[in-house]
Amino acid sequence: MNKVKGLSSKDLLGLREMPVEDLNLILDTAAGMKEIISRPIPKVPALLGKSICLLFYENSTRTRTSFETAAKMLSANTTNITVAASSAQKGETLIDTVKNLEIMGHQAFVIRHNMSGAPHLAAKNLAASVVNAGDGFDEHPSQGLLDIFTMKEKKGNLKGRKIVIVGDIAHSRVARSNIWGLTKLGARISVVGPATLIPKEIEKMGVKVAYDIEEEIKDADFINVLRIQKERMGKGLIPSLEEYHLLFGLNSRRLTKCKKDVVVMHPGPMNRGVEISSDVADGPYNVILDQVQNGVAIRMAILFLLLSGKSSARENE
Amino acid sequence: MDLLIRGGQVIDPATNFEGMADILISESKIKSISQKIPPPKNATILDAGGLYVFPGLVDLHCHLRDPGDPEEETIASGTRSAALGGFTSIACMANTDPVIDSPALVKYVKSKSQIEGAINVFPIGAVTKGLKGEELTEMGRMIGEGAVGFSDDGKPVVSAEVFRRALEYARQFDVPVISHAEDLELSAGGSMNESFKSTILGLKGIPHQAEEIMVMRDIMLARAFGKVHITHVSTARSVDLVRKAKAEGVAITCDTCPHYFTLTEEEVEGYNTYAKVNPPLRGEKDLEAIIAGLKDGTIDAISTDHAPHRAEEKNIEFGYAASGMVGFETALALVLTELVEPGSLTLKKAVEKMTLNPARILNVKKGVIKAGWDADVIIVDPKAEWTVDINRFASRSKNSPYHGWKLKGRVLYAIVGGKIVVKDGQLAV
Repeated sequence: MNKVKGLSSKDLLGLREMPVEDLNLILDTAAGMKEIISRPIPKVPALLGKSICLLFYENSTRTRTSFETAAKMLSANTTNITVAASSAQKGETLIDTVKNLEIMGHQAFVIRHNMSGAPHLAAKNLAASVVNAGDGFDEHPSQGLLDIFTMKEKKGNLKGRKIVIVGDIAHSRVARSNIWGLTKLGARISVVGPATLIPKEIEKMGVKVAYDIEEEIKDADFINVLRIQKERMGKGLIPSLEEYHLLFGLNSRRLTKCKKDVVVMHPGPMNRGVEISSDVADGPYNVILDQVQNGVAIRMAILFLLLSGKSSARENE
Repeated sequence: MDLLIRGGQVIDPATNFEGMADILISESKIKSISQKIPPPKNATILDAGGLYVFPGLVDLHCHLRDPGDPEEETIASGTRSAALGGFTSIACMANTDPVIDSPALVKYVKSKSQIEGAINVFPIGAVTKGLKGEELTEMGRMIGEGAVGFSDDGKPVVSAEVFRRALEYARQFDVPVISHAEDLELSAGGSMNESFKSTILGLKGIPHQAEEIMVMRDIMLARAFGKVHITHVSTARSVDLVRKAKAEGVAITCDTCPHYFTLTEEEVEGYNTYAKVNPPLRGEKDLEAIIAGLKDGTIDAISTDHAPHRAEEKNIEFGYAASGMVGFETALALVLTELVEPGSLTLKKAVEKMTLNPARILNVKKGVIKAGWDADVIIVDPKAEWTVDINRFASRSKNSPYHGWKLKGRVLYAIVGGKIVVKDGQLAV
């Protein structure tokens, strides 16, 4: 019997270290998963009997629900744990928490954490697989993958395509995962945002830095609009949401100067009227709900590849 | 009891001596040093043939965690760790719990180190009460109990006015004021050097300017009000600022630590908390500038900033992990392997920066091999290769980024006040 082709690592921590073969394998697998979602009864027994722990140290509705839905469609058991960041620092250590949950029988952990590197720490201390569901400002690989999947779905090969990422790049794990993944596929990336929210030497990641959104989106194939966190204002990084909207907000007037087939994306949740106007969010160019649907397919692919690869390797021993 | 160290290659920067000599120690003092000394009756003889003999090392910046956290370190364990590294005198910082900000607490550290310490301990008192940066401590009375200098290390003295008064007040006693140069607003929330590396790891960075702006302020204040010693200098621009200030005659000295000339921010890769330290590990250019600063004399001394931490303060999320690394047991070997061996520093210069210069900065009568001086001497095998194993540290803490490094140079003997505390590379006390 042929071995199920798996990923090269037991964990999925980020797109930075991911070989392009793994990236393509996840995208290809997700296409099959999307077909499952469209069935009248969207459930397959692929991960029957497997237990997946969703361990969230930070609030999240979309990502957690998306992973949970994906796991259930593959017939896996799920455990939901939410830990307040404030008690995490004082209470049980991350390593103790995950080791206890592992011994209870969880084969995979989906971890969201406010501290960069937390999933990496868990992964180092576990035999179980760890999926990074967003860590600090580091990475959000499943979001990066679903963005790429959606882009490919709309325009095919991404080589040479121009993607403009707009917003708070400094504090965005979505931006980093997009950049790592898209550069591996040969896309051209510009990041646009206030200079206070552009991290140091980001050009070295192979991206262009720009401050004029209108100039930059003219020839873009995709515009990925990031959520602007309101708390950045209090820290003096931007003077007001109104000025942000004026300088960097995406509205339909700005879109008129773009390519006719430009695609607008947003990882959610949106601040309507700040980084994106309602006429764009609901307009013909947006694929925001496709992203959400593709997110489930991508997460099914990730869980399937990490967990089914494992058991098949064991069976073939 | 007499002790004769025979046939060693003696290096004494104070007397500019470098050559084969015998050293005779009587009781706690050095009795004589010359080419050939006939062994007195009943003298213990240490054959130092093929080995180096240096003044005992002096560390002007370390943390012993006493009072405070005996799980991390005690004066007993810390001084033994230091002795194994060749240190015979160390100055411990005041940021303990409680803070060393009163004469009674200086007396506590001093007397406890006389009871359980293996080497000389010189307490550094806090500049301000509770390290709050507001009120000056009773420097005069604290000096009376044994404080040799003052520092709010771990924190800067934020107020320029308070720091100005501290420099003026300390001047009347001729004791150093040691500055931890950090602009707390620029460094707030940061956990590594701000750079491309912090960008890709998604960690909030600490910019160079957080250190340099404070170095610049300290230079301005030193120029007018009294001398300053800047500790753990880590950036190229800081070295440059001190270099220029010295050229203009400002009363300023500085030190750096082994991690700033042996490691860069690359060590943080993989969220390695053992590479988390404050100031943070910097870039390659900074490392080169630190070495250049050591070479041209801009950086006067090498300190350890020995900072013990419990395992549970390191085996956690990078952002939550404590800053600092233990350093006593690796410092000399790192200097010999990474600075002397490649020719960046002559052996004599290296020894000077770990003995005479820190002793002069602290204004203590140490770091010299001369008749009549305290018999604080170490014997070093420069060729001995060894692999750093944190599990063999005498320090109670194991937070060293050098685990597994192959280094050259091992301390075989440490003699403190005529007493052998390290023998054949092992603790004798």
